[in-house]
Amino acid sequence: MKVGRVAGTVISTINIPLLDEHRLLLCDVEDVNGKPSGYTIAVDVVDAGVGDTVLILDEGSSARQILGLDHGAIRAVVVGIVDQLVVDGEMRQLT
Amino acid sequence: MQLGRVLGSVVATEKAPGLEGIRFLIVQPLDKGSRPEGETLVAADAVSMAGPGELVYFVASREAAEALPERFVPVDHAIVGIVDDVHVEEEE
Repeated sequence: MKVGRVAGTVISTINIPLLDEHRLLLCDVEDVNGKPSGYTIAVDVVDAGVGDTVLILDEGSSARQILGLDHGAIRAVVVGIVDQLVVDGEMRQLT
Repeated sequence: MQLGRVLGSVVATEKAPGLEGIRFLIVQPLDKGSRPEGETLVAADAVSMAGPGELVYFVASREAAEALPERFVPVDHAIVGIVDDVHVEEEE
């Protein structure tokens, strides 16, 4: 899993049927110090909002397991909203 | 999933089994501000509706094959949706 920050949302009407029922979040992937290293578009299952620091799962079969699917073209899923990060003994309270 | 801009299409008559009837489009990957980033690639069109100039999002690797009607086809990128709008909060 990766830590990231929700930067925005992606709105789409025409998509593969599987994505009809899911909200898409555009997330900056960050390193432990909060420095961005690229982005990903992830399916939201925890009702995260813009600005939230989140836990992003980036692996296909785990993503399908969380969504209860046998198969499907989903890889990145926002699976948690981070409250606190402790890095090298330094604490960052996020909520 | 990543954002991309469709630049054109690829036509191939002779293809590996399983790829019959699939449209292939040339896609320029974009950063979150919709600026070009990285090299162009060829992606299968899983929505069968994307066309040149359109802003799309695509999946890579194993998930690309999962997006198509027939699974386990030799495809490494697939367009899974057409973007209507991207809302990105302004950077402070």
